[in-house]
Amino acid sequence: MSTQPPVVTFKNVEKRYGGGPLILDRINFTAQRGDFISLIGPSGCGKSTILKLISALSPVSGGEIVVEGVSPEAALDEMFFVFQEPTLLPWLTVAENVAMPMRLRGTQLAKRDQIIAKSLALVGLAERAGYYPRQLSGGQKMRVSIARALSLAPRILLLDEPFGALDEMTRDHLNEELLAIREQQAWTAFFVTHSVAEAVFLSNRIFVLSANPGRLHEEIRVELPYPRTEETRQSPAYQKLVGEVSKLLRSVERLRDQNAPHAPASA
Amino acid sequence: MKSTFDRALPVISGVSLIGAWYLARLALGEEQKFLLPAPHAVLLAFRDNGPAIWRAAQNTATGAALGFGFAVTLSFLFALVLSLSARARTGFYPYLMVLQMTPIVVLAPILILWVGPGIKSVVIITFLICFFPMVVNTTQGLISTDRNLVDFFRMCKATRRQEILMLRVPAALPYFFTGLRIAGTLAPIGAIVGDFYAGNSAGGGGGLGYLTIVFSSQFKMSALFATAVASCAMGFVFVGGVVATSWWALHHWHDSYSKADT
Repeated sequence: MSTQPPVVTFKNVEKRYGGGPLILDRINFTAQRGDFISLIGPSGCGKSTILKLISALSPVSGGEIVVEGVSPEAALDEMFFVFQEPTLLPWLTVAENVAMPMRLRGTQLAKRDQIIAKSLALVGLAERAGYYPRQLSGGQKMRVSIARALSLAPRILLLDEPFGALDEMTRDHLNEELLAIREQQAWTAFFVTHSVAEAVFLSNRIFVLSANPGRLHEEIRVELPYPRTEETRQSPAYQKLVGEVSKLLRSVERLRDQNAPHAPASA
Repeated sequence: MKSTFDRALPVISGVSLIGAWYLARLALGEEQKFLLPAPHAVLLAFRDNGPAIWRAAQNTATGAALGFGFAVTLSFLFALVLSLSARARTGFYPYLMVLQMTPIVVLAPILILWVGPGIKSVVIITFLICFFPMVVNTTQGLISTDRNLVDFFRMCKATRRQEILMLRVPAALPYFFTGLRIAGTLAPIGAIVGDFYAGNSAGGGGGLGYLTIVFSSQFKMSALFATAVASCAMGFVFVGGVVATSWWALHHWHDSYSKADT
């Protein structure tokens, strides 16, 4: 049991948009410093919503969230979001995109160039600093998005399916790069994905959510040692775990179908 | 890569059109030939009426540029206000539509009575014609910013001013330039139409529209054709300027120019 205070705490958190149905129902968990938590579950189970609640992009409807001992709004400096799309500003160069959060948060001008160079070097795009986003591949754009997030040295990184639109090889490669970067910058990560293999490869904890409404169905601890590499993917322990999580996910999806509000009576 | 034939096509079609023009004249009876002056007669009309056409073109260009400039500036500020409030959009849009739907032929006499004939009326008419497409396009651009980019700016604790100046305005540029192109096409037409209804020759202030009335009343068909050619040339210069500005602002990042670069 860790003696450090948790980085993120969810206490009976509920979420509904406007007068709509309950999206998240009584979510409780704590995240410790250095945790890499993947959120998986059927579509509509509220995985991305959890990230939006942590980042104060959306308010809770009930319960409480504590981030680094304060409210999410007060802890914005401690975290950064990597969206599903690279969300780069197309009229700015790669270096200018990486600099944007620093410009907006008022980082000293003298420090920026050094941080930009370091962040781009971390994702292997130092030589693309002067390029515009449309001159980059999908994988490169996502790397810039990650470099931009890392430029602020966040203590919490929120990643919403960042590699979902990429081909499998690029995704595997970026997963390895992400873990390699994490060796150098010890942030706590919340990672939304639809890929069980990706979740097992990256995380030390996997939260499996059920839908209608979204609930924390089960937590799985991934005891595979870091650093994880291509050899990790070949290991029987990894493959066994992928099988187990997949099976669990299928059972949760069956549950969702049973709970679906308009499911036919014969289904 | 364009072949030599492809590159020569505009010249070939131009020469063919001039040939067709001469043929069409041959088909006309002697007493009708004055209705369609020969191309060389139009060129001669340019020589004979050159100073008058040039002065009128300058006056029209001034009216068009001023009306267009006011429309671009004010429409941008107005679009900024509309983009900040859905209520403002709901409140003002119907009246913008009214402005657009009211024919210039109806507005022109009112404007003449209000501000008198001449450049002021021409500028106002050009402004009215250009304002609507500019406002509609720019407002649409300002409210269409990618939701994730807005969230990204909020995560960066951007102020409202930063969000507008560093995100919404640059993101709206492609829409703004679409409006600018439409307005740029309309501005010379608006100035000529405005000049037609509200033009005034006092102090040499008449434009191409006014000159059209003068040549028409004198049955100077060749000069009328020369005026039409001058109007067309002025329109091309105007639109060319807008297209060049649009290219300068967008070509290095916007997808609409990607083919030109690759």
